[in-house]
Amino acid sequence: MARAEIAARTLRTDRWWLPPLTTFVGLLLISIYAAFRTFQGDYYWVDQYHYLTPMYSPCLTEECLPAASHFGQWFPALPGFLTPPVIIIPFLLGFRITCYYYRKAYYRAAWASPPACAVAEPHSKYTGETRFPLIAQNLHRYFFYAASILLLINIYDAILAFGTGLGLGNIILLANVALLGAYTLSCHSCRHIAGGRLKHFSKHPVRYWMWTQISKLNNRHMQLAWASLIFVCLTDLYVALVASGTISDLRFIN
Amino acid sequence: MSYQGKFRVWRGDDSGGALEDFTVEVNEGEVVLDIIHRLQATQAPDLAVRWNCKAGKCGSCSAEINGRPRLLCMTRMSTFTEGETITVTPMRTFPIIRDLVTDVSFNYTKAREVPSFAPPKDLAPGEYRMQQVDVERSQEFRKCIECFLCQNTCHVVRDHEENKEAFSGPRFLMRVAELEMHPLDTADRVDQAQEEHGLGLCNITKCCSEVCPEHIHITDNALIPMKERVADRKYDPIVWLGNKLFKR
Ligand code: SF4
Ligand code: SF4
Ligand code: FES
Ligand code: FES
Repeated sequence: MARAEIAARTLRTDRWWLPPLTTFVGLLLISIYAAFRTFQGDYYWVDQYHYLTPMYSPCLTEECLPAASHFGQWFPALPGFLTPPVIIIPFLLGFRITCYYYRKAYYRAAWASPPACAVAEPHSKYTGETRFPLIAQNLHRYFFYAASILLLINIYDAILAFGTGLGLGNIILLANVALLGAYTLSCHSCRHIAGGRLKHFSKHPVRYWMWTQISKLNNRHMQLAWASLIFVCLTDLYVALVASGTISDLRFIN
Repeated sequence: MSYQGKFRVWRGDDSGGALEDFTVEVNEGEVVLDIIHRLQATQAPDLAVRWNCKAGKCGSCSAEINGRPRLLCMTRMSTFTEGETITVTPMRTFPIIRDLVTDVSFNYTKAREVPSFAPPKDLAPGEYRMQQVDVERSQEFRKCIECFLCQNTCHVVRDHEENKEAFSGPRFLMRVAELEMHPLDTADRVDQAQEEHGLGLCNITKCCSEVCPEHIHITDNALIPMKERVADRKYDPIVWLGNKLFKR
């Protein structure tokens, strides 16, 4: 028995190509900005107010400004064009790339698999996440652990910056860790580890409570993914502008 | 308020077919299924369509309207403009029987492949008292009306007929999740989900959740939690190393 003979790839009449296009352009712009800032290797630390951009935290190599290395300098200076963030970026990028939301986003927007619902994909073969390399998406939870540690470090940095008074930069750093925290907490792996994996909720009231709270955040995971990603870039931009002397920090105290 | 609406309906069977144009009366408050019925009553008495409840509860009238998988009886005509031509086609993923009717037996085969609920052998009737919090998750999945729109939309089988063998589809992976989350179920569903029902083929692009008329969060609440359980079991390097070293 055969399927109904319909030649059109899709009969959708709405602008189904708009959401994947927007996603693609958004991710592309952010990647370009992040790559530029990573390899710029400068303007990541405001000495006067102790602002450290989250993109360079922790700063662990010998070319870091000593004051910016809150956790010491574990590695020698990196050769060539490499800059301190290349040590932490694999974890941050790994976390976002294996995130269930971003997977949906780039499978649709960059790989057209599928571009939109009920629009045929252009690939003749499809194996999903069953084999290498995509089977590695199953490592998401380990990136979640790593990203959680980096988040704690970002929180520490944000608190440390209050030692010099209070400026707009402090508020921005604080809002940034709040958003990153909400994104990380709303992670599907976090939801699973906190309580989702249990069969018997009634036997674990505390974990059940945590699961219900995380589930509420998890409902907004997509929004949090975008909000935190964009805000990290804005935070970094603010620190870069102040560090380079392009603008001066708006001070409330001191 | 009524007007003459323009429709294109797929007519044919497994030997071929095409979109046929119709102009039909549309009245206020009607749904697409009303129009299909008016077509049967006036211009195309032999037009085949499957339906039962006309209330979004039986899951019989699944089809595609302007290319979007929908229930015919739950798609209001008021969502379209009067000038728009509305295309009605059968579900693409399943073999065609005639006109808007497809053979959905793929889904029944997949349903039979899920081993049934397995309570502990020594549990006497009435011995266990179920708590609400323990059944809440499965209650969401129980809202399913088996319309198979999710199965039809999922690109794993929609775009790749050859995957039908290996993939049970969102509806039945959700059934596996429902049993796995049951406090009394003793069967080993996690390996099954990955090895026998093709969970790894799903790339969580969420089209099943997008088309579900019961708004079940299939991907977030069933498929991803199952993927996490598989990761617990199969892709935890510490467990993996232990298994390698001690051969279980
Ligand atoms: S989320 Fe998975 S099961 Fe649902 S439509 Fe997408 S690929 Fe298919
Ligand atoms: S899960 Fe939703 S879309 Fe799938 S068969 Fe059930 S009601 Fe239909
Ligand atoms: S699912 Fe998105 S961060 Fe884990
Ligand atoms: S006729 Fe029952 S769901 Fe449409």
